[in-house]
Amino acid sequence: MGLIDILSGKKEIIEKKWFDMIAASYPVNASSFLKNQKEQFANPVGNTIGEAVHTVIDVLIHEGTNEKANTCLDKLVKVRAVQDFAPSMAVDFLYMLKQLLKDELKNEFHTGGVYEEFLLIESRIDTMALFSFESYLKYKEKIYELKVNEFKNMAFRLLERANLTFEFKDEGPAFEKSVLERDTVK
Amino acid sequence: MTDELKQDDLVKINYKPPKKDWMDTPVNFRHGTYIYPARAKNLKYLDLPNPREWSPTDEDWKLPENWKDIILNGMKERLDKYRSFKVFMDICVRCGACADKCHFFIGGGDPKNMPVLRAELIRSIYKGNFTAAGKILGRLNGARGLTKDVIKEWFYYFYQCTECRRCSVFCPYGIDTAEITMMGRELLTLLGCNVNWVLEPAANCYRTGNHLGIQPHALKDMFEMLLDDIEDRTGVKIEPTFNRKGAEILFVTPSADYFADPGIYTCMGYLMLFHELGLDYTWSTYASEGGNFGLFTSHEMIKRLNAKIYAEAKRLGVKWIIGGECGHMWRVIHQYMDTMNGPADFLEAPVSPITGTKFENAKSTKMVHITEFTADLIKNNKLKLDPSRNDKLRITFHDSCNPARAMGILEEPRYIIKNVCNNFFEMPENTAREQTFCCGGGAGLGTDEMMEIRMRGGMPRANAVQYVHDKHGVNRLTCMCAIDRATLTTLMEYWVPDVKVTGVHELVANALVMKGEKERIVDIRGEPLKEKKGEDDV
Ligand code: SF4
Ligand code: SF4
Repeated sequence: MGLIDILSGKKEIIEKKWFDMIAASYPVNASSFLKNQKEQFANPVGNTIGEAVHTVIDVLIHEGTNEKANTCLDKLVKVRAVQDFAPSMAVDFLYMLKQLLKDELKNEFHTGGVYEEFLLIESRIDTMALFSFESYLKYKEKIYELKVNEFKNMAFRLLERANLTFEFKDEGPAFEKSVLERDTVK
Repeated sequence: MTDELKQDDLVKINYKPPKKDWMDTPVNFRHGTYIYPARAKNLKYLDLPNPREWSPTDEDWKLPENWKDIILNGMKERLDKYRSFKVFMDICVRCGACADKCHFFIGGGDPKNMPVLRAELIRSIYKGNFTAAGKILGRLNGARGLTKDVIKEWFYYFYQCTECRRCSVFCPYGIDTAEITMMGRELLTLLGCNVNWVLEPAANCYRTGNHLGIQPHALKDMFEMLLDDIEDRTGVKIEPTFNRKGAEILFVTPSADYFADPGIYTCMGYLMLFHELGLDYTWSTYASEGGNFGLFTSHEMIKRLNAKIYAEAKRLGVKWIIGGECGHMWRVIHQYMDTMNGPADFLEAPVSPITGTKFENAKSTKMVHITEFTADLIKNNKLKLDPSRNDKLRITFHDSCNPARAMGILEEPRYIIKNVCNNFFEMPENTAREQTFCCGGGAGLGTDEMMEIRMRGGMPRANAVQYVHDKHGVNRLTCMCAIDRATLTTLMEYWVPDVKVTGVHELVANALVMKGEKERIVDIRGEPLKEKKGEDDV
C-alpha cells in the first residue's frame, strides 16, 4: 500500500488529532470550546481551524494544488496574527502536522517503502509553512498600517492642526465650581 | 534530522500553556492589549483623584497609600447603593451559559474574557472581604485577598470588555456583566487608574460640549462644509439654525457625525431630511455631543455629562429632543437619564409635528430616536423616496449593541433600510438583533493602541459580514452608532476589505427626493450613483 492510501485510511483520525493539537495551543477553557462548539458563527475561530485542517489534509492526499490550501491557511494565520501568540507559535501548526504524521507513520517507516513518499509530502508542508509565514507578516504589517492610519486620520489631530479645538489648561477650583453650577439642570 | 527533531520538541514545549488556576496567572501588559492611561490634566479637570503620569507597564502604579481602604470602602458604598451590584455578586451559579458568548473570548481565547470569569475578578474580592463563607474558606469558596496585582488585572480586563451586554442575554439570572465592568471601572477611577481615550473626550465634553473640544464658531464652520457638499450634490441649499431659542425641537447627535468620515454622510442625511420636512428644530453648539463617555467612567460622570443636554434644552426653551444615530447615548437616555437627571418635566411629551404621532415610549425622557422619527414618517407616507438610488449598494445591517440590547430598537432601522434600498440581506440569526456581536471597540476601547484586541474582539462580527459578503455580494455594512462607524471601518479593512460602512440616514440621504433638487448623478459621498460596467464591486 502506498503512502497516499495509508493516509486516506487514517484521514479522519489525523484531522481530529491535528485539530486537537492546534486547539491545545490555546488556554484550557478555550481549547475545549474550540473543539466542542460546532456552530460556525458561534465559534468562528474553531471553524477556521477546522476548514484549514480539512483542506490541507485533503490537498496532501489528493495531490490538489497548494492554492486551495493556501486560501484556508491564509485565513487561519489572519486569525492567529491578532491573537496572543509569539510569531513562532502563531505559525507553528504546520510543524505540528509534520510531527503528527511522523508519529502516525512510525510503523510504516519500519516496514519501509513509504519514506521517500513522505519526504515529498513533507516538503509540500514546508512550502505551505513558508507561505503561512509570509501571510503572518502581511497581516502584522496590516495591523501596523491600520494603527498608523487611524492615528493619522484622527479628526482630533486634524482639527488641532487647524486650530479649531480648544485646549484647556489647569484652572482653579473656582472655575470648576462655576462649570458645575452651570451644568446642573434643576 | 537531529536538528529538526529538536525543533519539533521546542514547538511541543511552546504550545502547551501551563495549566494554572486563573488566580495565579498574572496579566502581561503587552503593547496592543492595553489603553494608555489618562493624562494628569484630564483627571484634574474632571476633579478625579490621583492625577499623575504613569504607565501600566510600570512596576509601581503610584497608587495612593491607602489604596486598599479606598477600594474596600468604595465597594461597600456601592454594594449598599446599587442593589443590582450586590445581587450580581451573590447569585451567579456558575452555570457557564455566558462563558462562550463574549466576542473577546470567542475571538481571542483568553479565559478571563469569559464573562463569568470577568465578574469573578471582582466577586472573589467581594467574597474574601464581605462574606462570612469567603472569609473562612478563602480560595475554596472562590475568595481571595486584595493585592496590587488584582488592581492590575482589573485594569487589564475591565478595559477588555466593551460593556456590550451580549452575555447578559444568555444568563438565566439576568446577570449583566457590563454593569460589573462599570463597577470595576468606577472603583479603578477612585485610584486614578483611567484610560486617556475615555477621559480626554469626557473632559472636553464637560468643558466645550463635545468630545473634541470644538468651539461654537469652529463647529459652525464644519457645518458650512457639509452644507456646501449637500448643495453641490443635490442642488438644494440648506440653512440650519444653531442655538435658536424657541425652536420646537433640539437635535443632538454624536460629534463624530459632523467631523469624521463616514459619519458626516449620515449627518448630511439628517440635515436634508429636516430641511425637506421644514422641521422647526435647532442644533446646539453646547449640547453638541450625544456621546457620553461618563458611561465608561462612573455613574457620577454619566450624570454630569448627560445633564448638559437637558440644561441646553431648558435654556433654549424647546419642547422636546430628537437624538441621532448614537449607541451609548441611548443607553444613558434609556436606562439612566430618568433616575439621574429626570424626569425632564420642563419639556413636553414628544409629538411628531409632521404625522401627529405621540412617542409614548419617550414620554418621560422627552427624547426620540431618529430612526423612530423617520420610520414613522415613512409609515405615514410623508417622504418621497427613490430606493433605486441605492442600487449599487448591497446592504446588511449591524445591530449596534446599545440600541439593540439596551433599547430594543430592532425594527425601525430595518423598516427604513427596506424602504430606501432594494438590496438588503440579514446576517445570520445568532449574530443579529439581541444576539448581535459587538464591533469590538465600544466602551472606550476604540483607540489605535488597542488594535490587536479590537481585531480579535471584532472577529465574530466580521465573520458574519464575510458570510453575507460571500453569499450575497454584500458591500455595505449599515449601523446606527458613531463608535461603530469608526471601529467597523477599521475592522472591515482588516477582515472584509470589500465592505464599507455607512449610517442609516446616509441611505436616506441618497433616496430622499427633495423639492427643487437637481438630477442626482452622484450619491451623497460624491461618488457616481451608478457604477460603470465592469467597475461594480459586487
Ligand atoms: S458585556 Fe460584552 S464585552 Fe463585556 S463580558 Fe459581556 S459579552 Fe463580553
Ligand atoms: S450565565 Fe449567569 S449564572 Fe451562569 S455563569 Fe454566567 S453570570 Fe453566572
